[in-house]
Amino acid sequence: MPEQFKLITKHIDELGYTPDIACYLRHGGYAGLKKALATPVRELAEGKKLSPQEVVREDVKASGLRGRGGAGFSAGLKWSFVDRRSGKPIYLICNADESEPGTFKDRQIIHKDPHQLVEGMIISCWANDVKLAYIYIRGEMPEGARLLNQALKEARENGFLGKNILGTGFDLEIHVHRGAGAYICGEETGLIESLEGKRAYPRIKPPYFPAVLGLYMCPTIVNNVETLCHVTHIVNMGAAEYAKLGTPNNTGTRIVSLSGDVMRPGYYEIQVGKVTLGELIHDANFGGGLRPGRTLKAIIPGGSSSKVLKAGEVFKLNRKGADGQMAKVDVPLLDLPYDFDSLQQAGTMSGSSAVIVLDDSRSMVETLGNLSEFYAHESCGQCTPCREGALWLAKATHRLAHGEGRKADADYLSHIAQNIQGRTICAFGEAASWPVLSFVKKFRDEFEAKGAADEAARAQGAGPVHGVKMAASPNHH
Amino acid sequence: MSFTVPSHLESELDEITTHYPVKRSASLMFLHALQEHFGYVSKDAVEWTARKLGLQPINVYELVTFYPMFRQEPLGKTHVKVCRTLSCALQGSGELRERFCSKLGLDPHAHAPQTTPDGKFTVEFVECLASCGTAPVVLVNEELHHKVSSADADAILQKGKAA
Repeated sequence: MPEQFKLITKHIDELGYTPDIACYLRHGGYAGLKKALATPVRELAEGKKLSPQEVVREDVKASGLRGRGGAGFSAGLKWSFVDRRSGKPIYLICNADESEPGTFKDRQIIHKDPHQLVEGMIISCWANDVKLAYIYIRGEMPEGARLLNQALKEARENGFLGKNILGTGFDLEIHVHRGAGAYICGEETGLIESLEGKRAYPRIKPPYFPAVLGLYMCPTIVNNVETLCHVTHIVNMGAAEYAKLGTPNNTGTRIVSLSGDVMRPGYYEIQVGKVTLGELIHDANFGGGLRPGRTLKAIIPGGSSSKVLKAGEVFKLNRKGADGQMAKVDVPLLDLPYDFDSLQQAGTMSGSSAVIVLDDSRSMVETLGNLSEFYAHESCGQCTPCREGALWLAKATHRLAHGEGRKADADYLSHIAQNIQGRTICAFGEAASWPVLSFVKKFRDEFEAKGAADEAARAQGAGPVHGVKMAASPNHH
Repeated sequence: MSFTVPSHLESELDEITTHYPVKRSASLMFLHALQEHFGYVSKDAVEWTARKLGLQPINVYELVTFYPMFRQEPLGKTHVKVCRTLSCALQGSGELRERFCSKLGLDPHAHAPQTTPDGKFTVEFVECLASCGTAPVVLVNEELHHKVSSADADAILQKGKAA
């Protein structure tokens, strides 16, 4: 039976584990920082030498760590893009703006083990010659901001932060910066604008790659909370040992946020790719199955922006056969390993590792209506296709959910979505379009039937339906 | 009525300003602090922030209108933010918000923040609060409530009435 593998969440929710530094130190905290700072120069075969900082950077690359925020890009490569010759300061920002619907993993780290994040940040800053770093935390987490400020204060008092850290001559300051309720701040260039005290309008790339022209037009690293925590474990375990966790090209562990129609919603840390979607939903160690009498309808596998997967779908995945040759193999939805590559091959993404489960009691029209309203509210308004289109999508799904739909709405929705994706400065355009395109494509019958039913009802003189609600929930009486 | 920022708050904000190589970066932290103290961000608060950070008032005002958490009018003493987004909606957050509104005599279908005439409550539908595993969630002032049942909602109202 597959089980959780608790690396980041090892102590989280353990009885008596508290967010203060004394508790963290009792559990071996800041050993990774001490080990990192004592890294010896590494002699390479060809007579080249790596500085201690370069060694840690190389190890993060060798560990295979991929960003846990959404894009799943190699963390080590991201670091390697930093312009180290510009003579400008290098900044590091921890993206703690956790706001992709379905995602609540960083919240656990911030609230229950803040020093783990602080240690990962200090090591990452040291490895990248960063002297000033920020934690950009979403505004709706005031308690998290307080806990982080307290953790930073304790780290300072213990010599892990500030001037001449642990006598090594390394200086670093980290400050907490609060957002104010805008989803777009999770986009790294929008986050940077916001941290500069502006509206969070994402910047166009090129030229504004954060690694070159980031915060204050200086080289900047933006990493997710969970990603930064992994750096400490890579240092502690060594890159090779770390890379044994998970599966090839999908190394390490991930915290999966599971919500929606399962018996045991919650966060579950797994070795990447060692647990399938079906196990996440049905296993007693994870989701514990659907509500009694219900069957699976759909899975939103990687945060609300990811393309929906339909129950019963079978995907063609590249797998290495017994003869060592790559071959296309049929993999049913519930057998998909939960990792970056398998979900990508299934035409979607693991994104922020937020799985939202929908059972057969749910209307896909209403579900999409809910999501489209989110994107209409959160579009920053900078690019016309997104600002206007996201609103049109919300209006069209709303009317379809409220008895004013048309049979042609399915095509209309796809048409609008196709005119948003690829035509915006940032990936929000895709985030708003992908749910629409995938819902309509995979559940076209349901959208057309709803539109046809509305047309028929109107022909008989019926008016719009107000107060449409999601199906009744089990724990709300 | 003259606008005065207490000296302890001003020195706190002066200290925060030193966290950034460019003063403008402190704007959001100023607005949070002023909203916390005064209950909302007034025109005076915008102008004061602009003066302190060497900005034009429009540079600050455009933040107040962009970021959903900032308010330009006083709010109720108990601010109830019900999460509207999918995972909470699936667990009945729509009904929950209607319950809050009906019990307080507010329009159960209006979407925007509504404040009771006695100034005790503001009820608002907000987007994802990042606690989808304990849906439905409600943020009451700064405290997050998990798996909020109808009874829990009534308890929140009771507490707010007594506040």
